Amino acid sequence: MRLTVDGISHEVDVEPDMPLLWVLRDVLGITGVKYGCGIAACGACTVHMDGEAMRSCQLAAGDVTGEITTIEGLGTPEALHAVQEAWITHQVAQCGYCQSGQIMQAASFLARNTNPTDAEINDAMSGNLCRCGTYPRIRAAVKTAATTLRGS
Amino acid sequence: MGRLKTIARRSFIVGSVAIAGGVAFGTYLVRRDPANPLAQDAAAGDAVFNPWVRINAERITLVTPHMDMGQGATALQAMLIAEELDVDLDQVTTTYGVPSAAYYNTALAAEAVPFRSNDQGLAAGAMRSTMGAVMKVLGAQVTGGSTSVPDSFDKLRMAGAVARETLKAAAARETGFEAYQLKTQSGAVVLPDGTRIDYTALAATAAQIDPVTDVTLRAPSEWRLIGKPQQRLDVVAKSTGTQIYGIDLQIDGMVHASVRMNPRKGAPMLGFDASGAEGMRGVLQILALPYGVAVIADNTWRAFRALDQITFDWAEAPFPAEQADHWAEVEASFTPERLDRQWRNDGDVEAVLAGAQAVEAEYRAPYVAHQPLEPLSAVVKVTPGRVDIWAAHQLPRFVQQRVAARLDMQTEQIFVHNQYAGGSFGHRLEFDNIDVTVDVARALPGVPVKLTFSREEDFAQDYNRQIGMARGRGAHGNGQVTALDLEIATVSAARSQSGRLGAPVPGPDTQIAAGAWNMRYAVPHLRVRAYAVPELAPTSSWRAVGASTAGFFAESFLDELIHAAGADPMAERLRLVNDGDARRVLEAVAEMSDWGAPLPPGTGRGVALVTSFGVPVAEVVEVTDTGNGIRIDRVWVAAEVGRVVDPVTFENVVAGGVIWGLGHAMNSEITYADGRAEQSNYHMAEGMRLHQCPVIEVRALEHNPAIRGIGEPPVPPAAPALANAIFAATGKRLRAMPFYHEVDFV
Repeated sequence: MRLTVDGISHEVDVEPDMPLLWVLRDVLGITGVKYGCGIAACGACTVHMDGEAMRSCQLAAGDVTGEITTIEGLGTPEALHAVQEAWITHQVAQCGYCQSGQIMQAASFLARNTNPTDAEINDAMSGNLCRCGTYPRIRAAVKTAATTLRGS
Repeated sequence: MGRLKTIARRSFIVGSVAIAGGVAFGTYLVRRDPANPLAQDAAAGDAVFNPWVRINAERITLVTPHMDMGQGATALQAMLIAEELDVDLDQVTTTYGVPSAAYYNTALAAEAVPFRSNDQGLAAGAMRSTMGAVMKVLGAQVTGGSTSVPDSFDKLRMAGAVARETLKAAAARETGFEAYQLKTQSGAVVLPDGTRIDYTALAATAAQIDPVTDVTLRAPSEWRLIGKPQQRLDVVAKSTGTQIYGIDLQIDGMVHASVRMNPRKGAPMLGFDASGAEGMRGVLQILALPYGVAVIADNTWRAFRALDQITFDWAEAPFPAEQADHWAEVEASFTPERLDRQWRNDGDVEAVLAGAQAVEAEYRAPYVAHQPLEPLSAVVKVTPGRVDIWAAHQLPRFVQQRVAARLDMQTEQIFVHNQYAGGSFGHRLEFDNIDVTVDVARALPGVPVKLTFSREEDFAQDYNRQIGMARGRGAHGNGQVTALDLEIATVSAARSQSGRLGAPVPGPDTQIAAGAWNMRYAVPHLRVRAYAVPELAPTSSWRAVGASTAGFFAESFLDELIHAAGADPMAERLRLVNDGDARRVLEAVAEMSDWGAPLPPGTGRGVALVTSFGVPVAEVVEVTDTGNGIRIDRVWVAAEVGRVVDPVTFENVVAGGVIWGLGHAMNSEITYADGRAEQSNYHMAEGMRLHQCPVIEVRALEHNPAIRGIGEPPVPPAAPALANAIFAATGKRLRAMPFYHEVDFV
């Protein structure tokens, strides 16, 4: 089947029920996408399908109907997305393993709402688990990124 | 400066600790510095000044042997070297280097001795010295025990200073100036006329001269990096998905694998039927092992999927199958036979309690899993004369020795390439991922095997935190706490862990009552006794170890006594506190929280003070009973660490420690049924999520001359401060973690 990931089209020979997560990691070598739980309980595997945040561990390759963006396509060290920039400014990461998913979740959320309330941030981000406990900095970085994205 | 100068004049690696320990271990062995591992593969023109600094014509490499599992160890170690070496952090490359005795941990001994960390007496000092010598003789390269900064603080600055002075000597030789006429700045020696000679250009000359060892460390007023906010070296990579963790490695020719081990931890496999998995797409091999089955496949998911098609016949657990029987064993352990040590017996507890209306209470702390977000994995390649292991591990030399023994090879034939870890919290002190991957890889000689645990397998095979209970009795009079008698019974995680290592630790387990026996309060009649529950399910070090349970017991029960006495929880603690550092952290959180100010209805505050790893930490937690559950609004935390190296990492790690302590106290436990852990994934044991996270205000105090680590000490006060706050808000006293059994959280 054909998948478009980070702007590049790939022909992959995989079972339709293979989770996109493992197609990305083990077939395409895009390891910025992380395996954490396999049951959509941690959000580490979050990617975008046509801009919408999805848990790639629960998205079967055969059900992919749009363009996939991973953390590696959202921005790069040389060309950062506003959310990544905020994550760097606030030095959010400790171990960093969850942060790909946190950033992808935040980027999708902020694309629709650049002026979120605290309650909206809680709702949008609470599906993403951080075992190191970087939540205070995640909150701050989401707010900074929102400010950047709404251009004020 | 006097003290620093003294250190500088000693043999480079041998500190005072090891010299004093020479009595016990033979002066020669203890005094001798381990070989510099960088010298072994140094090319011509490589200046290897010491085990931590290598400079050649191309680059400046700093070796940061403490493994980074998110606590920022790599950046902190690099900062310490760079401070004295006069390089900027963007001019250097860091590496873990190879496992080596030269990287033995000089700070780990402090917590292993049965003396309070503020005990500066002769006996305490002598025993710390002896234990320090043991660490050196063993070459114990260990990341853990909140020691990365204390182990590194003097040693790595010295490493930087030695390299800097040697580079100046090299420049002096090349230019004819005297070394004292030269300065250093941003990776270059600067001549009197302002001409800069890059360190890389001096490497070849520096390589030919003996390192200058008579150096003086700089005064804090001269520091450029230490104590000042830095951008962590890994923050860009970790914000762009470009940080490579152990689980991400891709080695040429690599195959993928996963394993299903007996979920009754430690028991063997009796039989299995893999007919449903044979012939599945991508499955390369199904391998029976004594304890389970591994599937080797062309990708991880196909290995997972094949394992799901195998049926197993598992042997019974080597410990009680049901949780109730674990608790029964703990309850039965408050006996003279199981007394591990009576740690404190001040005053006359028995007499006072006999004549008073005693306050009594019983507390419980469950098993809790580590479960860092990066699942366990390893990559191993076995060839006849050499084994390569790529994995994130806190004990890389133990990995080497263990694999050598497992394969009947020499330690020198085992090459460990340590990796960045997606968290640990003590998980990566164990060896299951190493053992299993070696067992699989030896069946495929010459082929690199990456073995990944599923999250469910990781939960099933975790070595959890110790289970335990405490019984408190106490008395008060005239509005003051007068007597406190605390009995603590837990399984010994230290013995469970060291037993598996084949190196049982002698003497009492300092961790069973850690955080309680060393309380910095002058309760007139105080007794603390620790009981060792015999091994049940295997356990291991979980962030903050004993203090995460005993600290909860001690500070909860003290709070009960204070309330029974009708005293204010903060005022009475400040009255009882008997140590300047502890007083200052309490005063700090009182001031930060404006303790005593009127609170809205339904809001309550709790305070706790626990000392662990030499660090007194006070926390005030504020909660509101919303009618729809308890909401944690704010936390104020103060810690005395001697010196903060990087304030950004400090604040982040302290807040994270508070969240770790709160989240697990609220939401997490592991229970056993049919000999298996009942919780299989994060939906059943998730710690804290963002919507439950309070606003956290962190303050560092830097009064004590001893520098300490901060990875673990913020954890223990969080649970009791939360329970005490919920009592203040609701009148309900929580005596068993996790609290969600008794109260709802928003």
